[in-house]
Amino acid sequence: MQFFTDNFPLLRDAFLTTLGLSLLAGLLALVLGTVLAAMRVSPIPPLRGLATFYVETFRNTPLTVVFFFIVFGLPQIDFVVSFFVGAVLSVGLYTAAFVAEALRSGINSVGPGQAEAARAIGLTFGQSLREVVLPQAFRTVVPPLGNVWIAMVKNTSIAAGFATTELAATLPRLANANAGDILLILLAVVVGYMLITVPSAYGIHRIERRVAILR
Amino acid sequence: MTTPVLFDVPGPKARARTRIGTVVGALVVLAIVAFVLVRLGGNGQLEGQRWAILFDPSTNVPQRLFEALLRTLQAAALAMVLATVLGMLLAVARLSDHRWVRLPVAAVIEFFRAIPLLVVIFALYFVLPGFGIRLSTYVALTAGLVLYNMAVIAEIVRAGILSVDRGQRDAALAVGMRKSQVMTLVLLPQAVRRMLPILIAQLVVLLKDSSLGFIIGYFELLRQARSLVEYFTPRFGNDYTFQLYVAAALIYIVINVLLSQLAKYVERRTRQNAKTAAAAAPTLPAGVVPGQES
Repeated sequence: MQFFTDNFPLLRDAFLTTLGLSLLAGLLALVLGTVLAAMRVSPIPPLRGLATFYVETFRNTPLTVVFFFIVFGLPQIDFVVSFFVGAVLSVGLYTAAFVAEALRSGINSVGPGQAEAARAIGLTFGQSLREVVLPQAFRTVVPPLGNVWIAMVKNTSIAAGFATTELAATLPRLANANAGDILLILLAVVVGYMLITVPSAYGIHRIERRVAILR
Repeated sequence: MTTPVLFDVPGPKARARTRIGTVVGALVVLAIVAFVLVRLGGNGQLEGQRWAILFDPSTNVPQRLFEALLRTLQAAALAMVLATVLGMLLAVARLSDHRWVRLPVAAVIEFFRAIPLLVVIFALYFVLPGFGIRLSTYVALTAGLVLYNMAVIAEIVRAGILSVDRGQRDAALAVGMRKSQVMTLVLLPQAVRRMLPILIAQLVVLLKDSSLGFIIGYFELLRQARSLVEYFTPRFGNDYTFQLYVAAALIYIVINVLLSQLAKYVERRTRQNAKTAAAAAPTLPAGVVPGQES
C-alpha cells in the first residue's frame, strides 16, 4: 500500500493524460470524420476519391504504424511535434476514418424521401445535408459512434510505446516493483480505463434513448 | 456513388459549378502531394540510391525485412488459430444451461473486452515476472492477442448462434440429439458460416494488432525497421531512415488490404449463397465494430 500511495501522483497524472488525450483526439476525429463523411457523399469526384482513399488507408493501417509515421516520419518533412501532440494527431487521424464510416452508414440510413423532400423545397446540397440529413444521421449513429469512442479510449494506450506517460505506460515504468505492488498498479490502471469507459457506455445509452427516432 | 438522392441531376449551371469544384479539388489534392514531395525531395529523400537499399540483397535489408514479416505472420497466425478455437469454446460455454459455467465465462469475456489489449500484453510481460513467470516477447504478444481476441470472437460466435432460428434447435432435440450434438452438428456450423465475414474482419484486426509487438520489443516489422535504422545511422547518417520506415509500413498495409479484400469476397459469396442469404442479418454484439482495432 505504501508503494501505491507513493506512486499515486504518477497514476493520477497518467489518468489525466489519458483523459486529455482521449478528449482532444476524439474532438479531432469527430470534426475530421464529419468532413470526410460529407466529402464521401458530395457531388465532386476528386473530393469523394480523396475521402475514400483516406478512409480505406487508415482502416487498413495498424495504429502503431500511424504513430510510427507521426513520431518518426513527420520530422523527415521538417515537422517536429511534441510526443503528446503526436499522440493526439495519431489517434485522432486514425479514428476519423472510423467516425467517417459510421456517419456514412448513418447518412445512408436516412430515408431517401427526406433528401428528396429537402431538394423539392429548393434546398441546396449543403443545406439539405446540414438541415435535414445530418441531424437525423447523427441520431442513428449514436450507438456506433459510442463504440468508436470507447475503442478509441482503449487505443490511446498505444501512446505508451511512444514516450507519452499515460495510464498503460505506468506499468513498464514501475515494473521493477515487487509482485504485490505491481499487481496493485495493474488493478489501478484497469480501474482508470473503466473510469472513462463505463460512464461513457452509460451516457451513450442515455443519449441513445433520448434522441432515438422511430422509423 | 452512395446517395444520389442528395443532389439533383445537375443542369448546365450546376455542371459548370461541379467542374470548377473538380478542378479546385484536384488542385488542392495535387498541391498537398506536391508539397510533401517537394519537402521530401528537398531533404534528398527521393534519390533512387536511397530506395535501392530496400531491394539490394547484398545489404541484407530485404532478407531482414522478410524475416521480420515471417515473425509478424507467425505470431498473428498462431494467435488467430488459438483465439478462434478458444472463442468458440467460450461462446458455447456462455450459452450453457448451467449457471456455474455461464457466469464465470461471461465474467472472463467481459473483462478482456473491457481493457485495452496493450494493458493485457503489459500485464503478461511486466507483471507476471513478479510472480516468477518470465515470458518471451513472442509468448507475451501472442498470449495477449489470444486472450483479447478470443473474448471478441466469443461474442461474435454467440451472436451467430443466437441468430439461428429456434426451430433448428427444437427440431434437432426432437429427433433425439443430445445437447452437445445439437450445438456441434446443428447450431455452430450455421453460426460460423453466417458470421464468417465478421470473423475474418476480426482476424484482420488481430493482424493489425500484432504490430503492438513493437512496443514490448518483439522483432516484428516495425521493430526490425527501427533496429536497421539504428544500425545504419552511425554509418550513413539519416540516409535510409525514411525509406526503411516506409517499407515496413507499406508491407503492413499491403497484407491488411489483401486480408480485407478476402473478407469482402467472402461476404459477397455469403450473400449470394442461398443457405445463408435467406436468414436475416444477425445483430452484432455491442462493442464489436468490424475492422475496429482493440
